[in-house]
Amino acid sequence: MTIQVSTVPETATVADRLRVDRTAYLNRLVQRHSSVVSPFLELEALKNTANTRLLELAIPSTRDEAWRFTDLSSLLQIEFEPVSEAKRVEPEAIAPFALPDSYQIVVVNGIYRPELSRIDRTEGLWIGNLAHSVPAQPTLWKYLGQQLGKADVFTELNTACFTDAVVLWVGRDRAIDTPVHVIYLSTSHTSPVVTYPRCLVVAEAGSRLTLVEQFAAAENSLYWTNAVTELWLDAEAQVNHTRVQQDSPLSFHIGRTVVSQEQASHYTDTAIHLGAALSRYNADFYSLGEQTQTRVNGLTMLRDKQLADTHSSIVYSRPYGSSRQLHKCVVDDQAHAVFNGRVVVPKLAQQTDAGQLTKTLLLSPKARIDAKPQLEIVADNVKCTHGATVSELEHDEMFYLQSRGIDADRARQLLVYAFAHDVLSQVPIVPLRDRLTALTRTQFA
Amino acid sequence: MIREDSNIILSVHNLTAEIEGRPILKGVNLEVKAGEIHAIMGPNGSGKSTFSKVLAGHPDYTVTGGHVTFQGTDLLELDAVNRALAGMFLAFQYPIEIPGVSNLDFLQVAYNARRSRQGLDDVDLFDFEELVQQKLDVVKMDPAFLDRSVNEGFSGGEKKRNEILQMALLEPTLAILDETDSGLDIDALKIVANGVNQLATPDNAIVLITHYQRLLNYIEPDYIHVMAEGQILTTGDKELALELEERGYDWILEKHLGVVS
Repeated sequence: MTIQVSTVPETATVADRLRVDRTAYLNRLVQRHSSVVSPFLELEALKNTANTRLLELAIPSTRDEAWRFTDLSSLLQIEFEPVSEAKRVEPEAIAPFALPDSYQIVVVNGIYRPELSRIDRTEGLWIGNLAHSVPAQPTLWKYLGQQLGKADVFTELNTACFTDAVVLWVGRDRAIDTPVHVIYLSTSHTSPVVTYPRCLVVAEAGSRLTLVEQFAAAENSLYWTNAVTELWLDAEAQVNHTRVQQDSPLSFHIGRTVVSQEQASHYTDTAIHLGAALSRYNADFYSLGEQTQTRVNGLTMLRDKQLADTHSSIVYSRPYGSSRQLHKCVVDDQAHAVFNGRVVVPKLAQQTDAGQLTKTLLLSPKARIDAKPQLEIVADNVKCTHGATVSELEHDEMFYLQSRGIDADRARQLLVYAFAHDVLSQVPIVPLRDRLTALTRTQFA
Repeated sequence: MIREDSNIILSVHNLTAEIEGRPILKGVNLEVKAGEIHAIMGPNGSGKSTFSKVLAGHPDYTVTGGHVTFQGTDLLELDAVNRALAGMFLAFQYPIEIPGVSNLDFLQVAYNARRSRQGLDDVDLFDFEELVQQKLDVVKMDPAFLDRSVNEGFSGGEKKRNEILQMALLEPTLAILDETDSGLDIDALKIVANGVNQLATPDNAIVLITHYQRLLNYIEPDYIHVMAEGQILTTGDKELALELEERGYDWILEKHLGVVS
């Protein structure tokens, strides 16, 4: 009898095992999710496609260029369970986040909760969960899960696993002056849970909408939010979108915003990242028509050992588009911020005017930023600029305030606020802006 | 105003200081009494501005010798915040901009910090606004500046007026004005000088740091000190300023240091 022994080089074994582990982890996540038979064939098809794509995908490692600085090993050590039942939530739990004079949509652990929501039926604005929205907006299948771009594992995971979706639909030429405020609340469970919030926004031609998405926790607990929001702006639509991530400091947050903009539409994304132990924001903006205007504002404020990673891409395909991106990070203690801002201008997109600026304020010697602009420009008649700065608090600035009798802590707060101000001032709703301002003051207290 | 029986507010003995190992102040002596206005003049690089920053407690400078007594206490034992709270004020040559923080809020924070040290209650915004309105007259400042961000987009003259407004509110015992006249046109200079004159009382003292004699046409100092090479070389009255205007600094440097710069 002969025994054949084959050896594989050590490096390959490690790499393969990592790959296997990350694939297996993903498979367990999908399988743990009890697939309820969908009432809609289209949804069934959508989820089947996502499941098929997931077979080819794995949780990324730091070997993947797009995840170089964001190590998900800590996430892989936790087996997250899907949320099985709707948890009782008192209105008081929502009160700290509620905004006056707005439509309020409350999503608890990924499930739309009408009894906590506050919606007036307004002509031209549809707000509903998926089950109610399908009969009202039968064309929604043209939009849900249909965005451009390469398959992204966390988006596919959300598509495969979401149990409900918020659908916002603004009719042609309707200007909705009352802001729509979606609160995604996570509650604590006996074991760590993963939730899959999903939101679809369709703004028909010439319509206008102000949207606030806010991710928050009822308690300080360990959970994972894997959220996807898709926005479709038809010609000349205007959407002002504010996204506030203030998840529990123990949690994981992976979120994606993906936007398609038709001709002469205006879209603003103001994303404020304050919470979570580890967060990743993937934001992709596709300009599909001429003369689109895109404003992308970001503010990341981190302390302790938090990590927050923003990967954005603005992708043009038609001429005369313009974009302004301003991303600011304030990093304290041993926290780590990552920014990667991609702008793609192919040959067809002549006369594009794209500006990107990222500024970081490091408050501690162990704080870290990895910022990278990534301009991919083929068109020859365009104006594209980018800049990146990293600074510390200036002695002269601190001294000015201290020489007025203002103590060091207060002086630091004022200067941090001053640094963050130009992003915060883009938040279009005053009570929310004031609340965020107060939060930024206490974040580094 | 020189009065023999006035209290000594500031007393500086043989003060030496350096920045990044480079000596700048090489033995400064100065005594300032209540009610007095002093001017420190000198060529660029003489150490005048450094002297003002060292007195106010700028952390980038290291005091290497000498001592400074401020109203009977050892000034060098205090940090910048506590020097300010003890009644010292420095009007900056280049006031910094603080976007997003309204001038009114900033002034109120500084004002209440000073009150708190004096054992007084905070003044609420309503009462504070009333107080500020009165003080605006001192520097003929438009109330609209209160709602704007601190120094953001202010012209050079507006920034300097804002410094004097802060001085008016904080009512320091010793105010050091670092090149407050630099970059001002004649109208702005008159307004700033007029403001300073209104704030001078028999109980406080003012030290003007200036390169030019021009400011001294509007604020009359009791003493003029000439600083060079990190030392006060000579002291005189306002006649000295006129002589400096006419003859420059070289003759003084030559007389005291034996060199022509």
